[in-house]
Amino acid sequence: MMQPGSLILSTMTRLLLPLQLLFSVFMLLRGHDLPGGGFIAGLVASAGFILYLFAFGVAATQALLRIDPREIAGAGLTLAVLSALPALLYGDPVFTAQWWHPSLPLIGEIKLSSPLLFDIGVYLTVIGSMLTIVISLAEAEE
Amino acid sequence: MNLAVALPILLPLLLGALSLLAHRRLRLQRWLGVLGTGALLAAALWLLRCVAREGVVVLHMGDWQAPFGITLAADLLGASMAVLTGLLGLATAVYSLATTPRGHEQYGHWPLLHLLLAGVTGAFLTGDIFNLYVWFEVMLVASFALLTLGGERAQMEGAIKYVALNLLSSMIFLSALGITYGLFGTLNMADLAAKVAAADQPGLLSVLAAMYMVAFGIKAGAFPLFFWLPASYHTPPVAVSALFAGLLSKVGVYSLYRVFTLIFTHDVGYTHEILLWAAGLTMLTGVLGALAQTEIRRIVSFQIISSIGYMLMGLALFTPLALAGGMLYIGQDIVVKITLFLVAGIAFRLLGSYRLEALGGLYRYRPLLGVLFLIPALSLAGLPPLSGFIAKLAVVRGAIEEASWGITFVALLTGLLTLYSIIRIWQQAFWRELPAHATDTGVLRGERRDPGLWLMYLPVAVLAGLILLVGVYAQPFFGLAEAAAGQLLDPQAYIDAVLGEARP
Repeated sequence: MMQPGSLILSTMTRLLLPLQLLFSVFMLLRGHDLPGGGFIAGLVASAGFILYLFAFGVAATQALLRIDPREIAGAGLTLAVLSALPALLYGDPVFTAQWWHPSLPLIGEIKLSSPLLFDIGVYLTVIGSMLTIVISLAEAEE
Repeated sequence: MNLAVALPILLPLLLGALSLLAHRRLRLQRWLGVLGTGALLAAALWLLRCVAREGVVVLHMGDWQAPFGITLAADLLGASMAVLTGLLGLATAVYSLATTPRGHEQYGHWPLLHLLLAGVTGAFLTGDIFNLYVWFEVMLVASFALLTLGGERAQMEGAIKYVALNLLSSMIFLSALGITYGLFGTLNMADLAAKVAAADQPGLLSVLAAMYMVAFGIKAGAFPLFFWLPASYHTPPVAVSALFAGLLSKVGVYSLYRVFTLIFTHDVGYTHEILLWAAGLTMLTGVLGALAQTEIRRIVSFQIISSIGYMLMGLALFTPLALAGGMLYIGQDIVVKITLFLVAGIAFRLLGSYRLEALGGLYRYRPLLGVLFLIPALSLAGLPPLSGFIAKLAVVRGAIEEASWGITFVALLTGLLTLYSIIRIWQQAFWRELPAHATDTGVLRGERRDPGLWLMYLPVAVLAGLILLVGVYAQPFFGLAEAAAGQLLDPQAYIDAVLGEARP
C-alpha cells in the first residue's frame, strides 16, 4: 500500500474527486448518442475513489462511501434488470426503449428513458465491482 | 408479446442482483435462493406449456427485429432444457441450505448460483449465436467464481485447468463467429441456417463446422479435450459440483445439437461421421477413466464424460429415433448425475470421506440411502425399469436401424463397464462392513442427530422418484423427445417463427 500522508497527493485528491465525479455524471448522461455511457462513466468515477484510496487509505475510503461497494453493484444490477420492465406496461417486448418527456419548472422539458435507467445501472455496477476488487486487494496488502 | 421466453432468463438475473444487494443478510439470501429457483422452475414450465401449444415461441428483445436484434427463441428442446435447469437449481438450492459452508455464503454463493442459472437458461433460449457466446461467458465467469470459493489448493489446481481449457474453447468459438459473420453477414441462427443452406462453399463450411465442433466439444467434455472436467468438478462443495455435473457440460452438448441440426447439415456424411467417432471414443475413455478412480466424485465425473458420448451418438446418427433418444438421454442424465453427486454428499456427511476405502456399511445403517443410490446408479448403467434404460434403448436402436455396428458394440460395452464401475461403488461404500479405521461414525449409527440431513435427503428423494417415474411411465417423456427431434430435423418451422411475418 502506498504511504498515506503525501501533502500534494491528498490536497489534489480533495480537489479532483468532486471534479471526477461530476465529469463521470456528464459522461453518463451524454452517452446515449455521443461517446460516453454507463461503463466508461463508472470507470471515471471509480478512478476518483481509487485515487482517494491511495491518498487516504482503505478505512477513510470506506467511511467516504458509507455503503459497501458490493451493495452498490447489487443496486446497479437490480436497476439494469428492472429497466427491461417498463416496456411491458406499454405492451412492447422486454427491453424496448421507452421515452418520457416530463416538463419541470425552470428547467423546461427533459428527456427520460429506460435506456438511461439501464445506463445508470451499469454505472453503479462498474463502480461497485471496481471498488470491491480494489478494496479487497488493498485490504489483503495491509 | 411473449414474456414466457424472457422470464426464465430475467428471473435469475434479478434474483442474483437482489441477493448481491442483500449480501449481509444470509437468511434473506437463502429464502431468495429457494423461492427464486422455484419461481424459475415455474416460469420454465409455463414456457414449455406455451411451446407445446403454440410451437416455437419467439421474442425480439427491445423490439429490434430479426435478423438485426437479439432474438430469444424457444423450441421444445430449449424449453425442456430450461425446465431441467429450474429443477436442478431448486434441488441444489435446497441442498445448499444444509451443506454450503458459511464462508462460501458470505463470499457470494447465492448471487453466483443465480448468475450461473441465468447463463445456462440464456444459452438454452437464445436464437442468436453471438448471444450464445455471451451466455457461455456469463456461465464461465459464475462457474469459475463458484469453483474457487474457499480457495483450497485442490480447487485452484482444478480451476486453472478448467479456465485454461474453457478459455481456449471460447477463443475458437469467437474466431468461428468472426468467420461466420464475415461469410454470411448475420449471426441470427435462423437467418444463418437459411444462408448456409444457400451457400456454395462446401470446403469452407466444413472448416467452420469443425471449429464449432471443437469449441462446443471442449465445453461438453468430449474426447479428446475432456480432462479439465474430472480435474475440477470434484473440488468445490458438493452442491456446486452437482450443479456443474448436471448442467454445465450439457450446455455444450445442447449447442452441438442446435448448431448441427439447424445450421451445419450441408455435409452430414462428413461432420456427423466425425461426431460419431468422437462419441465412441468419449464413451470408452470416460468409462475406462471411471474404472481407474477410487473417489466417488471422480468416478461420477468420468461417468459424465462417458454419458456425453451417448448424447453425441444420438446426434451423430441423425435419425429421428436416435435424436429423440439422445435428447431423452440428456434430460435423464442431468437428473441422474446430480442425484449421484448429492448422494455422495450425504455419504460424506455421514462418514467424512469420498474415498471408497474409507467408506462402508452405508447400506446396513442407512438402507434408504442405499436405495436412493441404486436408482440413479442403475439408471446410469441402463437397467430397466429406469429412465436410463429407455434412453439407451432408443439410442442403440437408432444405431442398429442405421446398421452402425461399431458404435452399437461400443455403446453396449460401455454400458457393461459402467455397470461394473457402479457395482464397485456399491460393493465398497454400501455393502461391505464399516472399515475398522472409520472414527467419526456417530451420525451414521444414529447416536447423534444431524438436523440438516433431511434437507439433503429431500431433493435426492424427489429426483430419484423422477428417475423412476420416467422409467415406468415413459410414454409422455419419450413423446416429448420425439416431438423435439421432429422440430430439430425439420427446422423450417423454427426459421419461419424467428424470421417470420412482420409483427404488429
